[in-house]
Amino acid sequence: MLIAKVIGTTVATIKDEKLAGRKLLIVRPTDEFGNPSGKPYVAIDTVDAGIGDLVLTCAGSSARQTTLTKDTPVDAVIMAIIDTLEVEGQITFQKAP
Amino acid sequence: MILAKVVGTVVTTISHPDYKNRRLLVVQPLGLEDEAPDTDFIALDNTHAGIGDTVLINREGNGARQVLQNPNACVISVIVGIVDSVYLEE
Amino acid sequence: MLLGIVKGNAVCTIKYPGTQGLKLLVVQPVNKYLQPLGGLQVAADIVHAGEGDLCVMVRAREAALALPDEKFVPIDLALVGIVDELEVKSDEFFNLTLQRGWNPYA
Repeated sequence: MLIAKVIGTTVATIKDEKLAGRKLLIVRPTDEFGNPSGKPYVAIDTVDAGIGDLVLTCAGSSARQTTLTKDTPVDAVIMAIIDTLEVEGQITFQKAP
Repeated sequence: MILAKVVGTVVTTISHPDYKNRRLLVVQPLGLEDEAPDTDFIALDNTHAGIGDTVLINREGNGARQVLQNPNACVISVIVGIVDSVYLEE
Repeated sequence: MLLGIVKGNAVCTIKYPGTQGLKLLVVQPVNKYLQPLGGLQVAADIVHAGEGDLCVMVRAREAALALPDEKFVPIDLALVGIVDELEVKSDEFFNLTLQRGWNPYA
């Protein structure tokens, strides 16, 4: 899973019917401190994430292994909201309370 | 499937049951002269290959599960053959 | 499958149902010389690895298949083995380019 930050939302009226009702969030990969480090992409939200949250995204065929995205044209989902990241004994990220 | 050279061995005592009884090898994909080499990866050995052997690797989960005859195997790369020679026209 | 070094852990209270009991570790994917490949990623742990351990990881849907119970979950990276010993021969010992014509290997 990649560490990513939710930076926006997507609205699409014309889309595959299997995507109806799905929340499409724009996320950008980040390093362990939450600093952006890659190109943004769109992921389906399964955990009620919001803008500014640091999340874990799952890509590829694994992204279709949720009840929301089974048999849908989806290649990335948000599957967890990060509370704390600890790297080499240091807490590098802590979600604001 | 891809062609690769076995360049190393991995020893694991604690591993997933699907990985037991077979060796894990470090393989380096072969490339054409003008290509940048691919990065190395780990493959499960089903052919008794060793360091220095050129091997044929199935790098896809469904094929791997058929080779291992386990419909739920959590394996992607399996060495399925040892290559004797390769002929390239172009 | 690839190698990775465990760097730390990720704590998530809100997770996709079915992944709640999973331990999520922060890992650095590495190549055969243990040089970093890209940035840090997060992997599901099923072998009880600890910080600093070199592990074998599996990507894609096979990562979800590695989990002991629930296999229909969005997991795309899992640790499947802890490396005790890694032996790698340097690239200079091998010819890694395919030449035009016959390449005998036997």
